[in-house]
Order: sequence, then structure tokens, then C-alpha cells
Amino acid sequence: MEFEGRDIISIRDFSLEEIRYILDSALRMEARMAEELCLLEGRILACLFFEPSTRTRLSFETAMKRLGGRVIGFSKAGVASVAKGENLTDTIKTVANYADVIVMRHPREGAARLAAEVSDVPVINAGDGSNQHPTQTLLDLYTIKKEKGRLDVTTAIVGDLKYGRTVHSLAHALAMFGAGLILVSPPGLEMPPEVLSDLRELGAEVTRSSLEEAVREAEVLYVTRIQKERFPDPEEYEKVKGAYKITPETLTKAREDLIVMHPLPRVDEISPEVDLTRHARYFQQVRNGIPVRMALLALVLGAE
Amino acid sequence: MERDIRVRKIKDGTVIDHITAGQALNVLKIIGFAEEFPKTTVTVAINVPSRKAGLKDIVKVEGRELRSEEVDKIALIAPKATINIIRDYRVVEKKKVSIPHKLEGVLKCANPNCITHFEPVKTVFMVERKDPIKLRCHYCERVMGEAEIVTQF
Ligand SMILES: Nc1ncnc2c1ncn2[C@@H]1O[C@H](COP(=O)(O)OP(=O)(O)OP(=O)(O)O)[C@@H](O)[C@H]1O
Ligand SMILES: [Mg+2]
Ligand SMILES: [Zn+2]
Repeated sequence: MEFEGRDIISIRDFSLEEIRYILDSALRMEARMAEELCLLEGRILACLFFEPSTRTRLSFETAMKRLGGRVIGFSKAGVASVAKGENLTDTIKTVANYADVIVMRHPREGAARLAAEVSDVPVINAGDGSNQHPTQTLLDLYTIKKEKGRLDVTTAIVGDLKYGRTVHSLAHALAMFGAGLILVSPPGLEMPPEVLSDLRELGAEVTRSSLEEAVREAEVLYVTRIQKERFPDPEEYEKVKGAYKITPETLTKAREDLIVMHPLPRVDEISPEVDLTRHARYFQQVRNGIPVRMALLALVLGAE
Repeated sequence: MERDIRVRKIKDGTVIDHITAGQALNVLKIIGFAEEFPKTTVTVAINVPSRKAGLKDIVKVEGRELRSEEVDKIALIAPKATINIIRDYRVVEKKKVSIPHKLEGVLKCANPNCITHFEPVKTVFMVERKDPIKLRCHYCERVMGEAEIVTQF
């Protein structure tokens, strides 16, 4: 399978086989993480964060450094900084002369695809507005595969299913692998109809349900943040937040092998006591970001 | 002669026939009727019973042929339309409109935060379904249907 020189922009660009290949490659990376690897010695990664995201940036930097490569880059403060100054196209064309690979986050949807088109070096999308964040999706799949041994698992996705970009791509990818999806969301934050019809076209079995029922049936409980900004009425927000909060009590009826995931950072949608239960996997999930990003960097640079 | 030609025949021009009933006014917007008025004579028939299927609309434009990007746009809202070129009162050419797999530079993205509104780049939409129309922005991946398309004309 050919990955050298390829961009990683959207989970929609990848076939089932390609996703499997990336996950296998990440597994091999993880096995070698204790060694001092020098697969990308002499290579430079440019991290262009037109919108700040400490965690994702640190994760990519760690991945590159663990492979023996070096990192340059910048982090800016949101849309205001994008509005003025040099256009994206020129920035990318410039940076492509300095670096061997670009990782980019941008507040506008479609920015990563455009960057990939003008760049001579591979571009990895670390989030383009509310659209895609494919490495998050891949590390989510990696976590599920590692924990469950398979991807056709019954997954309950909880929270803001309307605006949450992670959940749209995750649902898409899981549907490709034949997973059953249980959607749990407050009124007004349901999965958009075009995403739903996408999932059905992929042959996924999609149901809506209450949190209680979902917890009983699911093998994976994927929890996401419900943002305050989505609610015009603060009281309404407090009510909804309370109703979707995961506590050890919420999980009493869960299957023994249920795993709870969260893309982090969490606010208070999962109480800290859940961390101590056998269900919690969100910190493993964060850690899994490293081998997945290592694998992707090595693959697109032809060093795997 | 067809019995339902109620106005005088066109010498040279274009007849857009088999337009999805109700879409004639959008077709007028596409061909920029307002800008060309009053130089061009345009005849519009709405909800004409059609021998092939149900009702249809017809738009007849005198003295000019359509540009290919106009035909592409018409295809999006009236996928069964035919474009008849009239010369010297006769149909000299007839073609069915067709929706390409990919639309370049024809429409704007309905997502106001799409990068195509901020960078010097041509829009690109992939056609995921033809009838009813479903487009996906190549950049931001947002889906557009007929409602978002017609507001642009
Ligand atoms: N000179 C003209 N002026 C105005 N309208 C015309 C003229 N010639 C043809 N038309 C119209 O153009 C359309 C196409 O004409 P045509 O003679 O090909 O009809 P048709 O055989 O019914 O075609 P189709 O199979 O596409 O329905 C018809 O709606 C007809 O009324
Ligand atoms: Mg006819
Ligand atoms: Zn767009």
C-alpha cells in the first residue's frame, strides 16, 4: 500500500483496507516505542497552528521527536489572526520549502484540503474548523481495536452530535467497519440528517436512545463535550449537562467490558470517580495518539 | 404544429423544454433575465401538461444561445430539461442537460466559514446524487441540496 507523499485530510479519503493498514502500522510502532527510533532522523515537521490546541500539537511534536525528527512551527490565536496578513496559500507554499511534512490546524473548514493542494510536501490535517480531525478518528479506532480486538462494536455516542466534528468522522469510520451505532443527544443537538443519511448509505444500523438504555447495550461509550455556547439559555444548559453526565452510578447497569472513551479535554461530562472504574479508557486513548501519529508521519514520509 | 404554441414562433434562439414544473423562474434567474431585459424577448410557460410525464415548464429565449455554465446550472434544478437551438424557426440541435461529476467555479459554498470564501480559489463540488441533487464541497465537505443551490441564482 502506497502512503509516501500522501496527505491525511479527511477520514472519507481512506478505504477500509487503508485504515486497517494504518492501524496495523501504529501497532508495530507502539511495540517499538521503547527503542530509540531514528526513522525520521534529519527530517523536519512544521506544525502550523492557526488556532491553538496544546494537546494535539504536543502529541504531534512528541511523535516526530520519538522518530528522531525535528519540529518547527507556530501557534496563533484564532480567527482574528487569520483574518489579517498573508493568505494561507502563500504561507503554505513558503513553509513547504522549509519542512518535509506539515501538520496544520485552522479555524476554517476546508483549509487543510486547500493547503494540501498547494503544498509540495504532505499535509496532515489536525483540525479544520468544525469539519475533520482525521488523526483523532484514527486514534479512536486504534483504541477500540486494541481494547476490543475488532471494530464492529456496538458504540454509543453521547453528547453534542450536531456540531461535534469528532463524532461525525468517528461515526462514519465505525459505520464503514460495520459497527452498530447508538446515538444519545440532548434535544436540538441531534446528529444532522445529512450525516445520518451518510451512515445509512454505508449500511450502518443507527438507533437513537436514552443514556440509560445506551449504557446497558453498548460495548463502547464515547462521550463528548456539550458546549455552553450552544445554549441561549444558561439554565437549559445546566439541566442538559446534568442529564448527560457520566458517573459511577450511570455505569452500574453497564456490561462488564464496557469501555468509556472521550476525546479530551473534558469539562465535567465524566466525573473523576469514573477514572477509577474498570471502564475508563480516555487516558489510554490519549496515549494511543502517539503511536498513531508516529505511524502516519513515517508512512507519509516513506520511512515505515 | 403543436397545439400548445400560444405565441409566435422564434426565428433564432433557444427553447429550454421539459423543465421540472415550478423551476421556470429559477431558470430565468440563471440566464440573467433581469440583466438582459429589456433587450431579449423571453416567453415562459408554467405547468404545461406534458405527454411524457405530468407537468413541465418551458422557457423560450430569443436571439441567443446558452453558455455552458448556464446549462450546468439548469441541470442542477431541472435534470430532465432539454436545450433546443432554434435557427430559422427550426430545431437544429437538441441536447439533454447533464450534471457533471464535478462542478468547478459554478456555485458558492453555503458554509460561510468555508475556506473558499477567504482564499483565491475556485469552488469545487462533487455531485453525490443527481436527482434530487446532492453536492458536497470538495474543501469543507458540507453538503448542499436544491434549497441552498437555488438561493444563489
Ligand atoms: N420556432 C420555434 N419557436 C418557438 N418554440 C419552438 C420552435 N420550434 C420548436 N419549438 C419548441 O421547442 C420544443 C422542442 O421542439 P421539437 O419540435 O423538437 O418538439 P418535440 O418533438 O416534442 O421534442 P421533445 O421530444 O424534446 O419533447 C417544443 O416545446 C416546441 O414547442
Ligand atoms: Mg415535446
Ligand atoms: Zn465549502
